[in-house]
Amino acid sequence: MAEFWRRFRRNLGAVIGLAILALIGLTAILAPVLFPFSPWEMRGIPFMPPGEAGFLLGSDSLGRDVAAGIAHGTYVSLLVGGVSTAAALAIGITLGAVAGYAAGRVDDAIMRFTEFFQTIPSFVLAVVLVAIFTPSISSIVIAIAIVSWPPVTRVVRAEFLSLRSREFVQAAEVLGRSRIAIILTEILPNALSPIIVLSSLMVATAILLESALSFLGLGDPNLMSWGFMIGSGRSVIRLAWWMSVFPGIAIFLTVLALNLVGEGLNDALNPRLARRRGALPA
Amino acid sequence: MSLLAIEGLTIALPPGGERAHAIEDVSLALDPGEILCVVGESGSGKSMTASAVMGLVPEGLPVVAGRIVFEGTDLLRLPPEDMRELRGRRLGMVFQEPMTALNPLMTVGEQIAEVFRVHGETGDVRGRVLRLLEDVRLPDPPALLGAYPFRLSGGQRQRVMIAMALALGPSVLIADEPTTALDVTTQMQILRLIRQLQQDKGTGVLFITHDFGVVAEIADRVAVMQRGRVVEQGPAGRVLNAPEHPYTRALIDAVPHGRARAAATGGGEVLRLQAVRKTFRRGGGLFRRGTTVVAVKDAEFTLAKGETLGLVGESGSGKSTLARCVVRLVEPDGGTIAFHGTDLRRLSRGAMKPYRRRIQIVFQDPYASLNPRRKIGDIIAEGPVTHGVPRPEAMARVRELLRLVQLDEGAIDRYPHEFSGGQRQRIGLARALALDPELLIADEPVSALDVSVQAQVLALLDDIRHRLGLTMLFITHDLRVAAQVCDRIAVMQRGEIVELGDTAQVFGSPRHAYTRELLDAIPGKHWMPPARAA
Amino acid sequence: MGAGALAAFLAQRTVKAAFVILGVVVFQFVLIRLAPGDPASVIAGQSGAADPLFMAQLREQFGLDRPLWEQLLIYLRDILTLDLGFSHRQQRTVASLIGERLPATLLLTGAAFAFALIGGVALGVAASRRVGRPADSAITVIALTFYATPIFWVGLLLVLVFSVWLEWLPSFGMFTVGADLTGLAHALDVAKHLILPALTLGLFFLAIYARLARASMLEVADQDFVRTARAKGVPEGRIVRVHVLRNALLPVITFAGIQAGQLVGGSILVETVFAWPGIGRLAFEALLARDYAVLLGVFFCTAVMVVVFNLVTDLLYAVVDPRVEVA
Repeated sequence: MAEFWRRFRRNLGAVIGLAILALIGLTAILAPVLFPFSPWEMRGIPFMPPGEAGFLLGSDSLGRDVAAGIAHGTYVSLLVGGVSTAAALAIGITLGAVAGYAAGRVDDAIMRFTEFFQTIPSFVLAVVLVAIFTPSISSIVIAIAIVSWPPVTRVVRAEFLSLRSREFVQAAEVLGRSRIAIILTEILPNALSPIIVLSSLMVATAILLESALSFLGLGDPNLMSWGFMIGSGRSVIRLAWWMSVFPGIAIFLTVLALNLVGEGLNDALNPRLARRRGALPA
Repeated sequence: MSLLAIEGLTIALPPGGERAHAIEDVSLALDPGEILCVVGESGSGKSMTASAVMGLVPEGLPVVAGRIVFEGTDLLRLPPEDMRELRGRRLGMVFQEPMTALNPLMTVGEQIAEVFRVHGETGDVRGRVLRLLEDVRLPDPPALLGAYPFRLSGGQRQRVMIAMALALGPSVLIADEPTTALDVTTQMQILRLIRQLQQDKGTGVLFITHDFGVVAEIADRVAVMQRGRVVEQGPAGRVLNAPEHPYTRALIDAVPHGRARAAATGGGEVLRLQAVRKTFRRGGGLFRRGTTVVAVKDAEFTLAKGETLGLVGESGSGKSTLARCVVRLVEPDGGTIAFHGTDLRRLSRGAMKPYRRRIQIVFQDPYASLNPRRKIGDIIAEGPVTHGVPRPEAMARVRELLRLVQLDEGAIDRYPHEFSGGQRQRIGLARALALDPELLIADEPVSALDVSVQAQVLALLDDIRHRLGLTMLFITHDLRVAAQVCDRIAVMQRGEIVELGDTAQVFGSPRHAYTRELLDAIPGKHWMPPARAA
Repeated sequence: MGAGALAAFLAQRTVKAAFVILGVVVFQFVLIRLAPGDPASVIAGQSGAADPLFMAQLREQFGLDRPLWEQLLIYLRDILTLDLGFSHRQQRTVASLIGERLPATLLLTGAAFAFALIGGVALGVAASRRVGRPADSAITVIALTFYATPIFWVGLLLVLVFSVWLEWLPSFGMFTVGADLTGLAHALDVAKHLILPALTLGLFFLAIYARLARASMLEVADQDFVRTARAKGVPEGRIVRVHVLRNALLPVITFAGIQAGQLVGGSILVETVFAWPGIGRLAFEALLARDYAVLLGVFFCTAVMVVVFNLVTDLLYAVVDPRVEVA
């Protein structure tokens, strides 16, 4: 663990990403304290530029506080990103583990199914799903999970397939261990690093997807979200650029931070891939 | 004056490493028309020396001292463009891994022709490439011109590499373990080819190897390297038969000496294989049928209590598959595998479990055979715990086993990456022995190890086998090792056991043509390492 | 590979593509049946809610009184004969609506893809040649930035900068309304309108391809056959072009195929921002009007586009890599 942290710290970007992420998490927790009112509430004159009339980041076309909207939207973004990724991981790891361990026909069937979901355009599918099942936080989470699990399945399957034929797994087989024990104690722990790296990137992608859905008007109508704010500021961008620009910066920072942390995790968990030098040639 | 002279060459390693220099104060001289073998174990710096001559030392490893004088000029002071012109024209190089050494997207013809093109030779390139392919004795050169590397076998690719290296008639050929990745019969063909071409063209060859058999086969002179330094050099006959430096002596002592031993008197029958078959199917789909590979064809043998049977063959001969059939890591398609009369092949996973503790296996790759995320203690205790031994008792057994395989008890709480290859192989052995098996399968247990470590592990294996009265099935591609370890030997070729007999008989009067071919291909077979000093 | 093997490979891929399209149709069928309300009301959405005649027509068309499997067959037959339904709101068939809008989308995605691929590979190669130096860091940072930016927001920022502030480029539509230009003038007008949307859609993928190309170049540069080329005395420039680049492009092609769906999905957002009259804009309008017949039609159409695009990348791959086997 100490070794992991030492390697993670060597990547400056990852440390910055982690700091940004901590700040964003803090904002989500403190939003009700910093802005103890509903982000939908009209707080003053519409179209106020940033810094004027008590609006830190300006006001929107209905006099709502942009800063309050961003702070309250943080929670929605992180929630959607986290829950949908967890759901996608559950589907992806299960299918990938079964495919990779069972191999043969089962593997073929699962992989055809996965390829199918990977081929159909994911964002369009998410739009169709949310539209038909009416927009709500749960339909959004489900839609994002449905379009994001295929890469997990592919990665987990590839890991399982390669680990399965590794000699230490065969040794466990010869020792007479049960299949479940082999999967849980021999294979899964060794397949974990790519899954961890992938999941940090998946949270980032999920946040981008959620914002795009909200931008198109497919967000949960009861929850303030960054994408929705950009969408509502779109038509008045000539008049009030801040309505669109600041929520966009929030998305950008969150997604960037998650990507940076993902790279840091990758460096820390796969040290050999991170720097391919230093080894003595034979 | 020698053709190539390395004088006091020192190359630094990045700071903080195990040692300060990759090679230190290395001096070697190569004369025209001679083969100089540089021999050493992994990490000895022999490959680095070769790379330095070619000017291909990886970035970040600075040359801190010395000269490399080739035909009167110091290569280290040459401008990069002049050095590039020398490579391929005056200095040719062949590498270890033929499977990855050719560009997969270019035809063989294009790749050889490139040597001419980049050196400004435009006359009759096609004809010259064809002649080169003939020179290295590749079949059907015109067809080969348009073939992509993936169609060629390892030996054929290595011939292409040699053709490229010799295209412009260089005066020095550097061969970096050129036969290590090849099967023994192919290795012999390539060694003879290099020898032949070198004599025809008077090329000086700097030949890097770890194998004293190869040295005995091909070398005019030998230099022995250890930890970055040349510890001994001299004429091949002198170094091989009267080594002076203790390290050279140790290395030569460690060479498996191939003296067949008397067969053990057989006890009761432990294992009987009859008509075991296994075929692998690959690919296939709607529009094409998959390919099938017959890995094992009607294999039969019996194993008596206390004896060691060697399964010998080249890669792809099916020896590992057959061994894996016995422990059901591979499900055979047919036949019987009778262990004390019970056909293991018919047992369910559950019914097989009691037999698991009686048959164990030691694997080839010490780096892949231990779970990197588990402690050594847990790895060794895994078997007993799985079979219902209480944990404290199992851990006591682990300590006992660590002593048996000559490892420190402190190993229990450490992870595999903290151990060397030889130590890991002992841990793998301890894991297999933890269940007190009767039958031990050893699948190439020493082929991934350096020769000195190899000797230690073989000695340990032999000692334990006697002490515990183990019956052993020993898989190896190395005939010298087989001769040292096995009572009887089964020779496999393309899935079939072509010859089975006592070790002395198989080596002394082989009956099958393939066995004779294999024996003939043992590098340096005429050389008998000198008797041990002790 | 020989012509026969190539033909077999393509035939196999085409069958696979057909199965994917079949799968999409079945998937849509299941989706409509899983949604709350009966299929007719789902398809009609709000656009036809008030019109009992239209609802009756839809129920008739779906054969809702027949067993489920017959309904599936009817649905399959309809879609595979390109009868994608009828838009009550627009009073036109969905197929004709899509047919009218498709060229604009193809133009946009094609331009964006070409820009992303060429630019991305160029940047990736440049970065890999200067590992660890400022230029590499700069390219890495740019790639990371565009990778993390929501595509519609990039569009809005570009509009803000190039249309609102600098007034260089148009921000709306595909051509100047009312100008009635023809010939070259029309083409130039369209090109001017294309720049911002194509840039917006392309930048995200440019970032992806740049990162991928850089990593792939570095990996290939470490391989044995590159060392062989060096030992042959091949000049550095030729090593990069002939040995490294060609091999490094293979994973980029593969990835471009996998990402085709994202490219098409991104065009919905970009067309929405720039009022580009393609099928993405059509989908957005259908969303606003709850015109689900059109929405599902667009979904089907994008799936077909992706499948076709994948076929093209497979073909390209087979041409570049002699090792391609029927998998």
